[in-house]
Amino acid sequence: MTGGSRLGSRFDSPRVLGYLLIAPAAILLLGLIAYPLIWGVWLSMTSATLGDTGAFVGLHNYAVILADPVFRGAAMFSVLYTVFAEAGKLALGLALALLLNQSFRGQRSARALMLLPWVAPTVLSALAWLWLLDPQFSAVSWLLVHLHVISRNLDFLGTPATARASLIVVNIWRGLPYFAIGYLAGLQSISKDLYEAAAIDGATGWQAFRRITWPLLAPITTILVAFSSIFTLTDFQLIWTITRGGPTDATQVFTTLAYQRAIVSGQLGEGAAIAISPIVFMIVLAFFVMRSVRER
Amino acid sequence: MTVRNLRIYAPLALYGIFLLLPFYWMIVTTFKSSAELLNTPNPFLIFHFTLSHITDLLTQTQYGRWFANTLFISVGATVLSVFISYIAAYAIIRLRFPGWQAVSTAIFLAYIVPPAILFIPLATVIIQLHWFDQLWALIPIYATFLVPFCTWLLIGFLKTVPRELEEAARVDGASNVAILWKIIFPIAVPGLISAAIFSFTLSWNEYLYALVYMSSSGNKTVSVGMTTELIRGDVFQWGQLMAGALIGVLPAVLVYFFFVEYYVAGLSGSVKE
Repeated sequence: MTGGSRLGSRFDSPRVLGYLLIAPAAILLLGLIAYPLIWGVWLSMTSATLGDTGAFVGLHNYAVILADPVFRGAAMFSVLYTVFAEAGKLALGLALALLLNQSFRGQRSARALMLLPWVAPTVLSALAWLWLLDPQFSAVSWLLVHLHVISRNLDFLGTPATARASLIVVNIWRGLPYFAIGYLAGLQSISKDLYEAAAIDGATGWQAFRRITWPLLAPITTILVAFSSIFTLTDFQLIWTITRGGPTDATQVFTTLAYQRAIVSGQLGEGAAIAISPIVFMIVLAFFVMRSVRER
Repeated sequence: MTVRNLRIYAPLALYGIFLLLPFYWMIVTTFKSSAELLNTPNPFLIFHFTLSHITDLLTQTQYGRWFANTLFISVGATVLSVFISYIAAYAIIRLRFPGWQAVSTAIFLAYIVPPAILFIPLATVIIQLHWFDQLWALIPIYATFLVPFCTWLLIGFLKTVPRELEEAARVDGASNVAILWKIIFPIAVPGLISAAIFSFTLSWNEYLYALVYMSSSGNKTVSVGMTTELIRGDVFQWGQLMAGALIGVLPAVLVYFFFVEYYVAGLSGSVKE
């Protein structure tokens, strides 16, 4: 070692270099995540609007939204949307993983193609769904009419119940591949010996699934569901593109309502309170994720 | 044999129809004449092939600009985030500086904070920083959700790199910085590619931040431009919209098909680690 070696070696000590290397990430996350998060809590307790910092109003915004039937409807549909979409993604994702875990010709291409909904930008595929579910020219209606399932075109997005069901189906469409790949990784880590032993003991396929596959996949299930729920509960792109929260607020969720109140109408304080409220559910979900990550 | 085949391919075909339907629909609509969009004996077929939707989209709208913007932001955010995440992951895994455990927990927590609860307070921060409607500002903004994800992925990857290599280098007098770039970096390339393709896909997919923080037409991304400028009122130019969706899906899909094994490994890894 020569020249500036003393400076160089101090710079190279794990402690100094460690802080230096972590600094860019730390600045970014403190400045653009931690600070806005705390600032958002403060904002939700002010009467701020776009262009006016407003005054401290305590829990007034929360009292206002809790008394607001539109907010209550949005909270209810957010939870409903999450519960049904997660159940659908879990069931269909697991079934697809079991299917893809068998060996057959074209298995690799099938696996690659099945991930496309997850890879494609959500807003762009949501536009295709919007056009597929068009009240007049819906290709889905055309297909169902020609299969004699329905007698005339359905206005999928025009009535509350069908609009809600349609959004849940599209959310399942988008998230199912993520579950399938997660489960496929889990299935491949289960030892074949277990199934052979079960077969020798005369277990049926269903029994082997109930007693071996499902329990061994439990940790992955927790992670997949908890993680996916966090993002389903705060979904925006899909719902905003397809229904904008309509018809008459029937498909409003936390984030679409927060966007409308804060950005479109300029009520920053109230919008911040709406945007923060799903945190109640997310803390519970984060706890489950943390616990199963630690256990592994 | 045939029964077994049927039990695999029949459900697989149903999945295929459901999962690929919107993409098929984009393609069919893009190349169909306008008259046929509204009146056709079978909407799933093309009777009069046309390229006019694509040429109209590229000549009469700002689509080309939005596409270039999205590419610029996605590449920029990917390069920035993978770099920051690589050095952060190395520091956490190998240098074990005081407080590394707290930092790694904080990064994990940042990973599960969705943009949906940040976008309103972040808007006021963006305005204070004079970043509002500045296209490049989306690069550091996207890094806020990419860095936690990439760091997490790279921590998992670097854990699997054997320590013997760098210990041998250290005996030969290599500094930590030299080990970071000359020893670990080449081995970490598969992990870095995984992190990069995920970052690119997630950036290409982003909508909320670009919708709220960009306002002039020339600064919009594909998703934002299409939903705010191509949809006006109740008039939908479905031919142009589906052409735009199809072209907008292509970069993400091409990157994906080129690196499909890295994708599967990265997704499985993010579940396992």
